Amino acid sequence: MIPFILCFILFLIGIYGIITQKNLIKIIIGLAIMEYSVNLFLILIGYINGGTAPIITHYTSANASFVDPLPQALILTAIVIGLATTALLLALAIRLYRKYGTFDIRKINSLKG
Amino acid sequence: MIKRFFSLIFVVLLALVFLPLVTEIKPLSELGMTSAKYAEDGAAELGAANLVTSVVVTYRGLDTLGEVTVLFITTAGIGFMLRRKTILPEKKRRASEILKSGTSFLLPLIILFGVYIFVHGHLTPGGGFQGGVVIASAIVLLMLSDINMHPDHNILNWLESLSGAFYVIMGILGLILAGGFLDNRFLPLGEFGKIFSAGAIPVIYSLIGLKVGAELVGILNKLGREDK
Repeated sequence: MIPFILCFILFLIGIYGIITQKNLIKIIIGLAIMEYSVNLFLILIGYINGGTAPIITHYTSANASFVDPLPQALILTAIVIGLATTALLLALAIRLYRKYGTFDIRKINSLKG
Repeated sequence: MIKRFFSLIFVVLLALVFLPLVTEIKPLSELGMTSAKYAEDGAAELGAANLVTSVVVTYRGLDTLGEVTVLFITTAGIGFMLRRKTILPEKKRRASEILKSGTSFLLPLIILFGVYIFVHGHLTPGGGFQGGVVIASAIVLLMLSDINMHPDHNILNWLESLSGAFYVIMGILGLILAGGFLDNRFLPLGEFGKIFSAGAIPVIYSLIGLKVGAELVGILNKLGREDK
């Protein structure tokens, strides 16, 4: 149970970063921390006590138990999607930097009023 | 200060809301039905030693196709957002001697390692995505060491489009010659645990590796350009 709670704390750190930071890059880092905590959480759900990596080699005994391969495959997908969203966010941040010359969200306020 | 305090309270409340989800979770003691089916029959059915690969490439292959499509859309979106013609800055610090010599020594090794990872995706940990990222890191090293070096857009686009198209063709071949879309068994399964085994899985993973590598190099190339 403790690994799950640690994952959850990592998630909360990410959320705290997103709502308190003023720098766009730091906000994106917070988002990435949240994302990886969720990935870690889902991987941990598939863990079985005493299970080995789901790869069959010459040394795998016939009655060996594997950890769940399904969450691992799903997280592989999720990591790539996370990479894609982070890259898009960074492109947006670069676009904003070109327009305003700053990453500070308090100064990016032309849409206001 | 008061704002930080409220943020902290918000985070604590969120923690309280979701805490039961975390504390009442029971560790898994045996595989679920789907996972057990994949773990027991996967190796015999598809001939891939790495069960995660058999799930990613064959059983859930359609999801992987969607994932590759998302990466493609990302590249297109970044190209759209940063489409303005940018002027490369004139004064850029040249790379140091250590970086240059290190790059010329390490570059072939890194690319070889990337190719090894995606070719052996069905036998060892790793696969197309990981291998593609390793290859992209080699190109980033090249871009860092030589400031005038920029990967050719046309070559990258062709590489990406061709590998994507061949990926879909592989899927359709599986549909015609074997059980269904992206079925790997239209090529001989070969001897279990050898590199030429598991039917079409190494081919598909190599195509994914090339596609991911080309896409990542394209993304980094676009993000790395600054304007004055």
